[in-house]
Amino acid sequence: MKNHVFRPLIVFLGIVALILLARIVLVPKDFGVGERGYMYGWHRHGNEEEWKNQIIKVKYQGKEYCKDCHSDKYESINKTPHKIIQCENCHGPAGTPEGVVHYDADKRPKLPIDRSRAQCLRCHYPLPYPTSGRSKIRSIDPDKHNPDIECSSCHNPHNPMGGLR
Amino acid sequence: MVAHGDILAHGELWTIKELFAYPNEFIYWSVQIVMYPFMTGLVAGAFVLSSLYHVFGVQQLKDMARFALVFSFALLFAAPMPIVLHLQFPFRGINVFMTPHFTSAIAAFGVVFFTYGAIVASELWFLYRKHFVDVSLKLREKQDKTLVEWFQYLVFCTLTLGVYDVSEEALHRDEKAIKILAGVGIPVACFLHGYAGFIFGSVKANALWMTPLMPVIFIMSAVVSGIALCMLTYIVVMEIKKFLAARKRLSGPARFTSTEAIKGVEAHVIQMTARYLVFFLVAAISLELLDLIFRGYTALKSWDVLRSVIYERDFYDIFIMQYVIGNLVPLVLFLIPGLTIRRAIFAVLLVLFGVFMMRWNVVIGGQAFSLTFAGYMHYHLPIVPHNWETFKEGLGGALSIFIMPFVLFWVISKIFPVFAEARQE
Amino acid sequence: MISRRNFLKNTALGIAGGALSLAAFEIVDPKKLMAMEAADKAKLRWVFLVDTYKCVGCGLCVKACKQENETPYDSSVTRTWVERYVLTKDGKVHADTPKGARDGFTTSKIDLGMGKMEEINNADIDKAFFVPKLCNQCDNPPCVQVCPVGATYQAPDGVVLVDRTWCIGCGYCIMGCPYGVRFFHPVYHTAEKCNFCYHRISKGLKTACVQACPFGARQIGNIKDPNDPVTKIIMTERVGVLKEEYGTKPQVFYIGLDKEVR
Repeated sequence: MKNHVFRPLIVFLGIVALILLARIVLVPKDFGVGERGYMYGWHRHGNEEEWKNQIIKVKYQGKEYCKDCHSDKYESINKTPHKIIQCENCHGPAGTPEGVVHYDADKRPKLPIDRSRAQCLRCHYPLPYPTSGRSKIRSIDPDKHNPDIECSSCHNPHNPMGGLR
Repeated sequence: MVAHGDILAHGELWTIKELFAYPNEFIYWSVQIVMYPFMTGLVAGAFVLSSLYHVFGVQQLKDMARFALVFSFALLFAAPMPIVLHLQFPFRGINVFMTPHFTSAIAAFGVVFFTYGAIVASELWFLYRKHFVDVSLKLREKQDKTLVEWFQYLVFCTLTLGVYDVSEEALHRDEKAIKILAGVGIPVACFLHGYAGFIFGSVKANALWMTPLMPVIFIMSAVVSGIALCMLTYIVVMEIKKFLAARKRLSGPARFTSTEAIKGVEAHVIQMTARYLVFFLVAAISLELLDLIFRGYTALKSWDVLRSVIYERDFYDIFIMQYVIGNLVPLVLFLIPGLTIRRAIFAVLLVLFGVFMMRWNVVIGGQAFSLTFAGYMHYHLPIVPHNWETFKEGLGGALSIFIMPFVLFWVISKIFPVFAEARQE
Repeated sequence: MISRRNFLKNTALGIAGGALSLAAFEIVDPKKLMAMEAADKAKLRWVFLVDTYKCVGCGLCVKACKQENETPYDSSVTRTWVERYVLTKDGKVHADTPKGARDGFTTSKIDLGMGKMEEINNADIDKAFFVPKLCNQCDNPPCVQVCPVGATYQAPDGVVLVDRTWCIGCGYCIMGCPYGVRFFHPVYHTAEKCNFCYHRISKGLKTACVQACPFGARQIGNIKDPNDPVTKIIMTERVGVLKEEYGTKPQVFYIGLDKEVR
């Protein structure tokens, strides 16, 4: 009988059938070709929505969010060159990964304040680089300019040169 | 250096960055990705060797052919292990079969591996079918079977796949099927390893990997390594048999062939096989040198950093370890007339080392320079593991993978006995 | 010598085979394969604009990105970073990116890695500048092409995303990116990269880095909207992209891109 030669092929096809059956169970229903075609769009469609709304919460709110409660600081800083800085650059994001947003009296009444010299040196460390906007920022030598104290001891970040030379 | 309490990125443990590299660059593809093409290369090479007898009828390779095929099957189960150990989510590896993205060379893994496994398994079935039938019939007659014998009976009955016809005509059909499978299997085995070369050769982001020659170089050196491994294991097994025969001859009848007869067969088989190894070794060396010459000649943007990696930083790994010790010395040893078994063992070990270094120099070498072309990354293989990660992606993991096919081979040879004495002939 | 019959037979077979493959090529039309027609008709395609004249290397963008997108703060990996290039009069290029500029650049010494620093005399500097980098959300993303399981993909609006539940962690996409923007997330262990703060831009907000930048060096826009200020700059001013020779069609555009930028 010629049949016996094809026996392994039948076994092989059986395994393929099992894999195809497993696919029905294991592959999410919304997996497929997207608008970008097979090469660039092969994915589980539900994931797009997950990234938009579920996986990460919005944390940084922007200056306008702080304006109503902290109008004094907002207006003060807006009169100085520091108006370009976001409140959250120094005070951290208003929201947390868990989705708790300042101002929440029970959970998030206060935001941290970064008073370190390192924070100010981000812009004010002297790097006189030709062609870069960095060279236009007033700078200090951190080893010589009051090296032992916080910058905010003399410079109010919301009014950095107020009352000073 | 990383301070205590930092969260380490994957690869950071064994990567040292120098000069200018992007922050996210680490050596992500480490020793397990070196092991993977090494293992699949052995698989492909062993199969091609086996097919040399079945397809081209090289009679002197008959015993080697059977041996090589079984070993190829044992290797086949060990070959995916480096990937399983490397994946951040090994159990999700099945996703490659569930939602394959065929624009990726890795997705070919599912189809190619499966097809190749089917071919080898089928060819083995045809080759050993008579043995399965004989054993299961013999066990069926036996009235009081022990537990082990019951288990054996079940296994061998299943392996017959319900076919008990061992007439001359059926066996003749088996031979034809073997011949066809061996023939079809050669391109599939080449594809199995060629695609591994394609995985690297198609990565345009990597200046060292990107070349159309990569799949071909990989196939050539794969066949070299496969033949070398089969030669080595064959010699080792024959030496063991000789040793056992010498001991048993004092006590038992002439059930085992004499040591002189075994020795005679061995030397001739080894000499024949070595000839094929030399052919593929020369091909592999030529292609690699061609790639190197082209790079230097065309001197693309990446050439400056590649030159410093190839000719300065990795000079020892590439030229001394791979080209001289791993390729040139064994080539000379094989070419000197009057090849002895001892010389063959030494040469074959060097060849295997050379092929491993080739994979190392491609995988690790390709990550030795930064995408900036202005920085370097140094890889230090984790030797003493202090957690699961440093074991599986370190020396421990690599050695475990290397030992695995030998262990599997021992297990499988209980079902697919490799030598005539063990079969009911 | 081949017989006439065999020659004719082989030629006929060759032509038939050739015709079949060409027909297959039509069936597997590259344009359809990559759905280029759908992309042409879309109304939203996010693009990014970086002005390297304005960037001062303060690194506030990197800090904001890490906190917004929950990349472990002390980890070396980051979705975005800033590079510094200092070109000295002897023709040498010195470049570094200490911790991806998470803490800014608070020394004039160049970080050479392995604990080594290089002093640069300010008088020797010909030009120096900062280059922010992030995922280019390429139109031909090589990282998406090489994903074996379809865990990473391009959304219709051009952003390339990673499905954390499906990624097997093979790292092929990381090796496939010429820009080095991808990495393994230290906590989730899946592939990770900048996704233009997809959770923010989909709500009409700016990305964390765009919002954080005090100097306006970073901007995000929609290239399909002709009234978008970003689109106007890209279309009417001189802009460059990174590593164009790879054919990835990156969608992050740079003003003031120097030839020395890697």
